[in-house]
Amino acid sequence: MQVLAAMSGGVDSSVAAALLAQDGHEVVGVTMKLWGGPSDTGCCSVSDVIDARRVADALGIDHHVFNFGEDFSARVVGPYVADHAAGRTPNPCVECNRHIKFDRLLRRAEALGFDAVATGHHARVVRRSDGIRRLARGTDAAKDQSYVLYMLSQEALARVLLPVGHITKGRVRALAGDLGLRTAAKPDSVDVCFIRRGARREFLADRLETTPATVVDTGGRRLGEVPAVQLVTLGQRKGLGVGGLEQPVYVVDADVAAGVVTVGDRGDLLSDHQDVRDVTWAAEPAQGPVLVQTSAHGAPRPATLDGTRVRWRAPQRRVAPGQSVVFYEGPEVLGGGIAA
Amino acid sequence: MAVAYLDHAASTPMHPEVVDAMAGFFEGCYANPTGAHRMARDARRATDDARDILAEALGARPGEIVFCGSGTEADNLAIFGAAASGAVVCSAVEHPAVLRPVEQLGGRIVGVDRDGMLDLEALAAALDGDVRLVSVMLANNETGVVWSLEEVAEVMARHAPGALLHTDAVQAFPWLDVANRAAPADLVSVSAHKFGGPKGVGALVVRDGVELQAQIVGGGQEAERRGGTPNVAGIVGMGRAAQVTVARRAEVVERVGGLRDRLADGLRDADGGVTESGVQPASGTGAPVDRSAKVAGSCHLCFEGVESEALLFLAERDGVYASAASSCASGAEHPSHVLAAMGYPRSLARGSLRLSLGAASSEADVETALAVLPPAIAQLRRAVA
Repeated sequence: MQVLAAMSGGVDSSVAAALLAQDGHEVVGVTMKLWGGPSDTGCCSVSDVIDARRVADALGIDHHVFNFGEDFSARVVGPYVADHAAGRTPNPCVECNRHIKFDRLLRRAEALGFDAVATGHHARVVRRSDGIRRLARGTDAAKDQSYVLYMLSQEALARVLLPVGHITKGRVRALAGDLGLRTAAKPDSVDVCFIRRGARREFLADRLETTPATVVDTGGRRLGEVPAVQLVTLGQRKGLGVGGLEQPVYVVDADVAAGVVTVGDRGDLLSDHQDVRDVTWAAEPAQGPVLVQTSAHGAPRPATLDGTRVRWRAPQRRVAPGQSVVFYEGPEVLGGGIAA
Repeated sequence: MAVAYLDHAASTPMHPEVVDAMAGFFEGCYANPTGAHRMARDARRATDDARDILAEALGARPGEIVFCGSGTEADNLAIFGAAASGAVVCSAVEHPAVLRPVEQLGGRIVGVDRDGMLDLEALAAALDGDVRLVSVMLANNETGVVWSLEEVAEVMARHAPGALLHTDAVQAFPWLDVANRAAPADLVSVSAHKFGGPKGVGALVVRDGVELQAQIVGGGQEAERRGGTPNVAGIVGMGRAAQVTVARRAEVVERVGGLRDRLADGLRDADGGVTESGVQPASGTGAPVDRSAKVAGSCHLCFEGVESEALLFLAERDGVYASAASSCASGAEHPSHVLAAMGYPRSLARGSLRLSLGAASSEADVETALAVLPPAIAQLRRAVA
């Protein structure tokens, strides 16, 4: 097959490209230039591009850089800022996968005549006897990334290769070491790739108007004030300026328009249901009993799907609006959506 | 697979005479030309010979030539060196080697029209007694459009009589008589590897009487205007390349201009959605196209609805090496500031393709490009549809 291997300059995508080349595929490496702003982590600094290029050199494959910066700004960074402005808590990695890696890049690869796109994600594509493909959790449970890939459609799943989804992270690093790849010991990327570590507040303050909010308890009693209600997340415990209370308090509601943040105890966060919007499915829509995961490394919980409402078997913490809610059947992704 | 190298505006192959001329200065005569012994004097003589050649080719006196490390360094030296005080002005379509320094100095940027010609009224409006330096390129690196420095100098004489005129002649030198065309300029930048010389050598003409602050300060080389041991082999190569270029220029312009016309006409005939920059008419087939505003090696086209990054990928696969706009450190294509300044919509500018021919270009290169590019464009159009 002719495979376009997305290479971020990290160890997983390095090994993904290496495994495909070893298997005899015609592999071309590509690094996506997504963001030109200041950032010391993530996917598109010059040194990451150099790492990707030098790994491609070591593997004897061609390497290109595609600039999807305009799309990334429009489809990932812009909505990220807009979501915060509206008081939601977005997951930009999900939107990048949805719009950039598994749409823009996939379409580009198709236009250029490639049969498939490979990435270094820890997840697997499984094919059932009826021909339907599903995304399944990666072999390394601790590194599983199926949650951020829930939007992959049949069309995408048919063209995506995830070569490291079948092996553990330890094995990935060992293989990279055996191959002498310079990324073998490179630390995993963390946080949002286009924001410098620890600088989320600064990044957002430069791009949206932040407004203060009154912090009240569930009885309406005023407890204090926060400077930027747009940066407050449902379930947040710290940074609310209401220390010294007998019991820890959690944000149970953040109303941007009214400028009110309501805090309560753990119990006030619980709900017997969760509404979800913008639901997409790997194949046919599902209803009835499913497992539901509401954060990247959270545990899947049993629930019943009733339209776009998740009815928990046992009450669960409400999910911050904007976060992804993903439906599983066993280890396989059925679909998912955004917490309303 | 036949390879058609159509990226001469990015860099050119060295003339064989240049390689020969440089060889003696890697092993035989390797002394530092500022030294006091025979080998040093031999090196010194070689760089002075090159200086004489460059001076003649650029219409300058030998003492007005400052050798440096690149065209970018020459541009930076002109702008930071001559305009440390006072306002600076440049066009919106300058190479980043000019644009970034002018932006850093908080300078004024003058626009261009749809055809890439400098807006002389806007230039006049941007000038006043505070202006210390105006920098406008002789030929544009993306579109190949040539400007008249005499017109610029006239506007300056009326609105900023004390100001210096700098021109980036890096792209012009292979094609134009720079000695004549850049005569109105006080400062002129050129780069060796754009005309069959080696990478890593540039030169700046600094007319006598122009005060210039060195930007690299050291041992007083280049008459105190650029410190650092001179790149002897590179300077020798630059001199020889200039000599070869000037001697063959008329023939090359005639021949390569014909190749360029065939290439551009052929691509316009093959695809309806083409806009050719800097020519009249910019689109359509059948009517003769006037490309006299451009240098002879430049063929710059925008394909509506096609992404140049994808087109370059397919072109390279089939042996056609070209470029789009400028590239950044990571190697990614960036939106063209030149086409943006010309008022091209993003949908059109996104599909830009720069095919730049050079003295080494042949009929076969044009044949290869005409065989490879139309099917690649058609493939990408099908994918979009």
